[in-house]
Amino acid sequence: MSVLVIAEHDNAQLKAVTLNACAAAKAINDDVHLLVIGTNCGPVVEAASKIAGIQKVLLAEASYYEHQLAEELAPLIASLADQYTHVLAAATSNGKNVLPRAAALHDCQLISEIIKIVDEQTFCRPIYAGNVIATVKSLDSVKFLSIRPTAFDALAADGGSAVVESIGALDALSLSVFDSQTLAKSDRPDLSAADIVVSGGRGLQSSENFELLYTLADKLQAAVGASRAAVDAGFVANDLQVGQTGKVVAPELYIAIGISGAIQHLAGMKESKVIVAINKDEDAPIFQVSDYGLVADLFDVLPELSEKLS
Amino acid sequence: MKILVPVKRVVDYNVKVRPSSDGSNVDLTNVKMSINPFCEIAVEEAVRIKEAGNADEIIVLSIGPSKAQEQLRSSMALGADRAVLIETEEALEPLAVAKCIKAIVDKEQVDLIILGKQSIDGDNNQTGQMLAALCGYAQATFASELAVGEGSVRVTREIDGGLETLELKLPAVVTTDLRLNEPRYAALPNIMKAKKKPLEIIALAELGVDTAARTQLLSVAAPEERKAGVKVASVDELLDKLKNEAKVIS
Ligand SMILES: Cc1cc2nc3c(=O)[nH]c(=O)nc-3n(C[C@H](O)[C@H](O)[C@H](O)COP(=O)(O)OP(=O)(O)OC[C@H]3O[C@@H](n4cnc5c(N)ncnc54)[C@H](O)[C@@H]3O)c2cc1C
Ligand SMILES: Cc1cc2nc3c(=O)[nH]c(=O)nc-3n(C[C@H](O)[C@H](O)[C@H](O)COP(=O)(O)OP(=O)(O)OC[C@H]3O[C@@H](n4cnc5c(N)ncnc54)[C@H](O)[C@@H]3O)c2cc1C
Repeated sequence: MSVLVIAEHDNAQLKAVTLNACAAAKAINDDVHLLVIGTNCGPVVEAASKIAGIQKVLLAEASYYEHQLAEELAPLIASLADQYTHVLAAATSNGKNVLPRAAALHDCQLISEIIKIVDEQTFCRPIYAGNVIATVKSLDSVKFLSIRPTAFDALAADGGSAVVESIGALDALSLSVFDSQTLAKSDRPDLSAADIVVSGGRGLQSSENFELLYTLADKLQAAVGASRAAVDAGFVANDLQVGQTGKVVAPELYIAIGISGAIQHLAGMKESKVIVAINKDEDAPIFQVSDYGLVADLFDVLPELSEKLS
Repeated sequence: MKILVPVKRVVDYNVKVRPSSDGSNVDLTNVKMSINPFCEIAVEEAVRIKEAGNADEIIVLSIGPSKAQEQLRSSMALGADRAVLIETEEALEPLAVAKCIKAIVDKEQVDLIILGKQSIDGDNNQTGQMLAALCGYAQATFASELAVGEGSVRVTREIDGGLETLELKLPAVVTTDLRLNEPRYAALPNIMKAKKKPLEIIALAELGVDTAARTQLLSVAAPEERKAGVKVASVDELLDKLKNEAKVIS
């Protein structure tokens, strides 16, 4: 039997995290199918079929699949689950929304945010804000897993030629109705996929001061992140929050500026390859996980860094 | 409208949890326990809905040890009307917890269930979605805004890249994100009043729900610790290290 991966997309584009989820699936079994549920999602299907090493792409289209509503997607996923040993999705806000619902419909206990596959039924996942790694064995007939994208190297986006098979949609349940969406527009790289992330905390003091950080980020072609304190204070948008209850990132370089280093923040960035901290308090806990620490006032350092990178 | 808020007793968010010496589980002896912060936000939201005249009764529910009565009492001090404890010493998985909550939903005929999006111990982020599946209800996870309408609720959700607004038919399940509200502090008179509010205790076995474990915890371990690196003295030294030692910028 094969492994099923749920594709993450917005009908126009296949999201890169899908390649990480497929990589986790390949580590379980070579035979991987990708399920695309959406509306007029031709470009997504095309990209999906090109992923290296995917055997089959399943496509279910209906107008009510457009907004990836959990109520509509979950029954379809659950109805296919018996044909597979494992059902996987990336632990994005979408994956976290849909997969538990599908697992419960199939009377299975999902294992969330796995970071390692030990064997077909045994997985590692962080708990307690990443202070502890639990090794968990699943006893369910079908194993539902959400995977932390940063823990698995992506499959190549090209080189495959999977067959595409259309499957029927299920009837709409119409329990909820999509009203509207506001997506932040940004020319910067995506936070979860960027090589360099520059994050700011309460130390920045205002949204105007974040401009200093944006200048640096643009010099480095970096994504921008933030601590919860900076988000709660309204300096930046909520989807920039890095941490236990925000996004988990693991870039090549993470620069924390005016962030103290609470465990909830560390949970979202301590797997980064190189960590730099800039903080005026030499005892700030962030220095305990930093490769390079600079004890200084960020309002002096930020302009100097940006200038010297020009 | 009747609102149900499941609340969980968890290790306080300030505690740094460690594995036990034999690595079989986490060491929770003598650590401070609190109400899960996301559950507290859920209670606060329910109280605000009631204060606005849109709900008649708020029931809080916990599935856990006898001591979870503390968290139920503090939820009632925030404004919940009564509490139910499903008592068990076992650490139940989200699917089992969702089945227990459903038993109470069916019994109490509630219109809206507000849960935390995740608990800060298990970090599962599953229970609300599973409950919605088992009940066949609409769901809105990661809520940052909630407005009660006629037979429906309108919820703004935090999603990757921004915000999304959904309209849910009642009954429905909503899970809270951090920015939904800022919970109040319980005033002393309310803490006293909460001691007299009804708290029903039901033994897990009485519910007749299948809570058999579907997973087995094999071991727990501390993650690989990062070593603290070096302090640099200037921006120039920092840039030099990043270029020539770490080679992460060019
Ligand atoms: C349930 C729960 C979930 C949470 N989830 C998250 C999460 O996902 N992500 C997250 O980040 N947090 C989370 N938190 C919050 C977390 O506990 C901290 O409160 C938060 O991370 C602190 O943000 P901060 O470091 O920006 O602010 P602070 O802790 O206030 O630190 C500000 C830092 O800036 C420094 N500073 C100030 N001025 C300057 C200057 N001029 N130059 C240089 N340095 C300066 C200070 O020395 C200080 O170290 C959560 C908390 C709870 C309870
Ligand atoms: C170290 C460790 C070891 C564990 N070992 C085992 C084990 O051996 N076997 C096992 O079966 N499970 C085990 N667990 C699972 C543990 O009991 C989880 O807490 C449980 O699976 C529920 O998941 P969650 O609270 O993370 O759910 P989430 O889905 O993150 O919770 C979201 C929301 O659901 C509601 N909720 C969740 N639980 C309750 C509750 N009990 N009462 C009321 N409302 C609730 C709350 O509103 C909460 O905010 C272990 C957990 C840890 C941390």
